[in-house]
Amino acid sequence: MTPHLTVDTLRFATAGSVDDGKSTLVGRLLHDSKSVLTDQLEAVETASRNRGKDAPDLALLTDGLRAEREQGITIDVAYRYFATPRRRFILADTPGHVQYTRNMVTGASTAELAIILVDARNGVVEQTRRHAAIAALLRVPHVVLAVNKMDLVDYRQDVFERIVEEFAADASEFGLPGFTPIPVSALAGDNVVERSAHMEWYAGPALLEFLENVPVGTGPADAPARFPVQYVIRHGEVRHYAGQLVSGALRVGDRVTVHPSGETSEVAALDVLGADVEVAYAPQSVGVRLADQRDVSRGDMITAGAGGPTLTRDVRAAVCHLADRPLRVGDRVLLKHTTRTVKALVKDLGGASGLAVNDLGRITLRTAEPLALDDYGVSRRTGAFILIDPADGATLTAGMVELG
Amino acid sequence: MSGYTLSHLDALESEAVHIFREVAGEFENPVILFSGGKDSIVMLHLALKAFAPAAIPFSLLHVDTGHNFPEVLEYRDRVVAEHALRLHVASVQDYIDRGVLRERPDGTRNPLQTLPLTERIQAERFDAVFGGGRRDEEKARAKERVFSLRDEFSQWDPRRQRPELWNLYNGRHAPGEHVRVFPLSNWTELDVWQYIAREDIALPDIYFAHYREVFRRDGMWLTAGEWGGPGPAETVEKRQVRYRTVGDMSCTGAVDSDADTIEKVISEIAASRLTERGATRADDKMSEAAMEDRKREGYF
Repeated sequence: MTPHLTVDTLRFATAGSVDDGKSTLVGRLLHDSKSVLTDQLEAVETASRNRGKDAPDLALLTDGLRAEREQGITIDVAYRYFATPRRRFILADTPGHVQYTRNMVTGASTAELAIILVDARNGVVEQTRRHAAIAALLRVPHVVLAVNKMDLVDYRQDVFERIVEEFAADASEFGLPGFTPIPVSALAGDNVVERSAHMEWYAGPALLEFLENVPVGTGPADAPARFPVQYVIRHGEVRHYAGQLVSGALRVGDRVTVHPSGETSEVAALDVLGADVEVAYAPQSVGVRLADQRDVSRGDMITAGAGGPTLTRDVRAAVCHLADRPLRVGDRVLLKHTTRTVKALVKDLGGASGLAVNDLGRITLRTAEPLALDDYGVSRRTGAFILIDPADGATLTAGMVELG
Repeated sequence: MSGYTLSHLDALESEAVHIFREVAGEFENPVILFSGGKDSIVMLHLALKAFAPAAIPFSLLHVDTGHNFPEVLEYRDRVVAEHALRLHVASVQDYIDRGVLRERPDGTRNPLQTLPLTERIQAERFDAVFGGGRRDEEKARAKERVFSLRDEFSQWDPRRQRPELWNLYNGRHAPGEHVRVFPLSNWTELDVWQYIAREDIALPDIYFAHYREVFRRDGMWLTAGEWGGPGPAETVEKRQVRYRTVGDMSCTGAVDSDADTIEKVISEIAASRLTERGATRADDKMSEAAMEDRKREGYF
């Protein structure tokens, strides 16, 4: 057996304003957890020397694009992978610039934890509030407030506490369920991987310690089963409905409903990638065979258990607009929800006439066909959708369904 | 509430299969880039599982540099026959023979693959092209989406990538454009090897330690070949080596190793202080943005 085989995985995202030292923090996290290999470090040392720096600039570990290195900023989300003996990590390293807010939304959509970084000298700024709002909107389960550059404020407790207090006020305003504040210095390495010797007043964990111990899970097996059909595999006379179980569990013998037709049947057989099983759990990719011949195709959703999805053509949602082109009332768009893409009409934008790039808002849509929706608060998979421009295929808007 | 967990390999496998099935559901004419390297071998294995018990609804495309390891070509032809797959071959040598491409002074053909690849994609009207690229390989690849739109010149523009949210992959594209799809995005080199071990997947022999005649260039052990090695100042010696990646012979280096089983390979990688590309790829060392520049032009 090898060391990382049964360790669980934490997906997390970072967010910070420009010059908060986010790339340095990520670089420090990778470097001090010994996740940077010799050749990568040599490349950074060479590049740092070429730029006339004495010490290796850890930000160069993560700024992977030519334009990012030229401008010294992060433009796009980068995904990084590292592991400690306790856990594996997938880090979505997202940019801080206001114009790249959509990339934080991208990173946060799959994250179970978000690190929001502030500069101890500046405290909570407009971008911090925006990042808190996005984390709340996307219902990222855990939030860390990393107060960085503590070395530049003499590691003072009162500075840290004032920022935590200020952030707490915003957090409750946006409906963030809670957060964990950690004072750090990414440049000096305080409380990133090792606990700091400069802040005796701080009794909490270092950042990596927290990341290693925060609870993660696939979700409860007794949640209602949701199975969007991706593809129909025909083999002889048999139809296997192929897809990924996005919540709950399915068992052979379960009564199921197919949406939107409303037809019912029973699970006759289940296979997980070629092997027959009695029960399958989210997020397994499976094949489902039904007891009755039913008209089921890509885009349909098979469900079981109490509390079925809401079938509707009127969709209300919180949204973040991602495209440079504004979204306006009356726009005809495509809506992709699970495996189903339908035409939709923008009916209302919460009273506003349009949404500009990076705007957060509320939307009402009318779709050409009914969708089987869950509230985003209940299911991040069956409560999420994207809007697509039918003309050029651009991804326009991220949507989080609000029922009731 | 009862909780349950999947092993991380099961979670990665499930995610990759989901990606294969999305492409099968949304595209007309997808193809899998198949080099005979471990990542493309794992991709093929996942695709076979994703559509079992039926056949996979994709063909394969190999960009043949003309500087292949013979063991890898044999492997390729064997799996194609075994699973009754359709194989397309785009040949760099053809382009050189026709005078469209010119041999580089250093003899490496990796950068020459882009034109045969992109022209074949256009000619066959492939609308989705699976690549085995992993984000852990290289810092430009760390920026890659799972579904990555390429224009009619197959170009990648990292500043104009579509945001990619949840698992809602957007495969819309205009005629002439295509989407590169990376089902192994979230896998690391170690994951790939652990999965190969778990699934008992056969690999070309060059991945395991063996004795071969090699010479030293730029800190790597290269195999002699018709592309210009060894040079006058380089001497051939017989060493026990293995390959961590498979690419064009002219720029893919071997590492000293006595790992002759999968278990030993996994231990060796877990202890290595070098990345896979840093250890074995000359082409990535050409400049700080070598990979990004090649990817922009349409390289995988």
